[in-house]
Amino acid sequence: MSAGSPRRRRPIAAAALVTVGLVLMGGLYAAASSLASPARAGTNEASPELISQGAQLYKEGCSSCHGLNLEGVPADSANKANPKVNGPTLIGVGAAAVDFQVSTGRMPVGAYGKQVVAGRSSYTEEETSALAAYVASFAPGPAIPSKEDLDTTDASLAEGGELFRTNCSQCHNFAAQGGALSDGTFAPSIDPSQPNHIWEAMLTGPQNMPVFNDTTVNPDEKRAIIKYIASIKAESNPGGAPLGRVGPVSEGLLLWTLGLGALIACSVWLGAKAK
Amino acid sequence: MSQDTSGELEKAQEHEHELEHVLRRTDTNPRAAQRAERQVAIMFGLSMLASIGFVAAYVGISKTASIDIPIIGSIGLLNLTLGLASGLGLFLIGAGAIHWARQLMSDEEIIDERKSFAADDQTRAQVVEDFQQGAEESGFMKRPLIRRTLLAAMALMPIPAIVLLRDLGPLPETKSRNTLWRSGSRIVQDISYKPIRPEDIPLGGLVASALPADLKAIEEEQGTLNERAKASIILVRMAPDEIRSQQIQDGDYQGILAFSKICTHLGCPIALYQQRTKHLLCPCHQSTFDLADSGNVIFGPSARRLPQLAITVDGQGYLVAKEGFQEPVGPSFWERG
Repeated sequence: MSAGSPRRRRPIAAAALVTVGLVLMGGLYAAASSLASPARAGTNEASPELISQGAQLYKEGCSSCHGLNLEGVPADSANKANPKVNGPTLIGVGAAAVDFQVSTGRMPVGAYGKQVVAGRSSYTEEETSALAAYVASFAPGPAIPSKEDLDTTDASLAEGGELFRTNCSQCHNFAAQGGALSDGTFAPSIDPSQPNHIWEAMLTGPQNMPVFNDTTVNPDEKRAIIKYIASIKAESNPGGAPLGRVGPVSEGLLLWTLGLGALIACSVWLGAKAK
Repeated sequence: MSQDTSGELEKAQEHEHELEHVLRRTDTNPRAAQRAERQVAIMFGLSMLASIGFVAAYVGISKTASIDIPIIGSIGLLNLTLGLASGLGLFLIGAGAIHWARQLMSDEEIIDERKSFAADDQTRAQVVEDFQQGAEESGFMKRPLIRRTLLAAMALMPIPAIVLLRDLGPLPETKSRNTLWRSGSRIVQDISYKPIRPEDIPLGGLVASALPADLKAIEEEQGTLNERAKASIILVRMAPDEIRSQQIQDGDYQGILAFSKICTHLGCPIALYQQRTKHLLCPCHQSTFDLADSGNVIFGPSARRLPQLAITVDGQGYLVAKEGFQEPVGPSFWERG
């Protein structure tokens, strides 16, 4: 047997392999991080350490569906365990999409159905930002909003209301309570949503939501919408129980069941023979 | 009265005599009667308290005060108290009265026989006689001039109403067929009235409401929303190879499609666009249109596809209409054929 035979690997060869691997990885990360050009300057700066931490997390948690190089896995591939899995490519989705999907608990997805629903996030805040930095390092994409982006102090509440009713209310209901879409899907309630998640959802268009980028709904208008949503969330219900704030359907249902029920109970009492 | 019914009545009366009047506890036990009396008085008393409580709440509770109720959530305290107080005030008077009637007032059963609906023969004859006498004395038959002019006057009476009905017109003529869109009409966003460049709309993007640029001036001049109701469109962008068919050949601009925003069923404005499936859903009656396939109806009560507006860009790079709508927008109408 020759010295290069794989069956008789020498300890020094293993060490050399590890070294070469490490150097290669480091080089790749350096190249990747130098490629990273954030959608808006100054918002997506990430340290190489963060990106490499993200790479590790990505490989463990995301690569089975989205591919080792973020290229995505089509639904009809030879994925016997889960033939329905359709992991879209993450190249160019940006840090905003990752932050939205991961920190609202939609990703990693728990069960495949008509719609991926929000839940508890499986990652800490730091891990989420590492993942976001890693994905953003591949190609430019929408950035995570900064504190200034989300500062609604100067936003116009009235304009936000108009914009909300024009762009959002058709799916998410006029009081941001969500509503049904076709084929078993639905637009979720925005009530529990954080301002940064609302911003990111508009920017990236998760699942069936259309994309409202900065040219169709500009950042000032986004701030106005966020301010308006916060204002309707904070409003109390002077008229009594909100009943889901969905309008006449739940109110009518309550009246027809509880209201008429009480009237029937009264008339039964009226007609019963006294003892 | 026929033999039959009187026989039944007799039977019923016999039956009634068999019924024994069951005495209530309050009839036999004076202490029970006293207790019932107290209960009624307590209800009336509570009603008084509720009415006073209403005034106290109205004066004392701040309009903005709210209260957290389990399950229901946070609601306005003032309205809750006012509603409860006035509701109880009224309800307890009624409940007290019923309790009083059921427990303490006399509950003897009596039979009150139904009276015959017809008047007796004598009265009927009298009415006929009176009518004939009136006709005679008025001279309605004797004076044909009066009779005929009266009939003619009554015949002409409805004519003014018919003339008024004419004012419900004129017929809409071509108004239902035409919108403001012309060749070269610039497309602007609703609210901001900003013109739109194709690069403004991302893949999977939606402009939920867009209008012709000249709408604003026309709307101010006419003071109505009629033109907006017809001309509103939505813009969506998909990858050009995702478009399976179009109503107008090359009606898109680099994958940007423009469709009427008005549902062809009953005219609701639609913008529930699902960017993955390219379906547009009308919230009113769930008509669903496939925007990647000529805007055809794939579900729901709508009978017609959503009209497409062919678009292109002008010299300055803004999106414009290539031509007007090729079919009427909005719900079907009588003259549409």
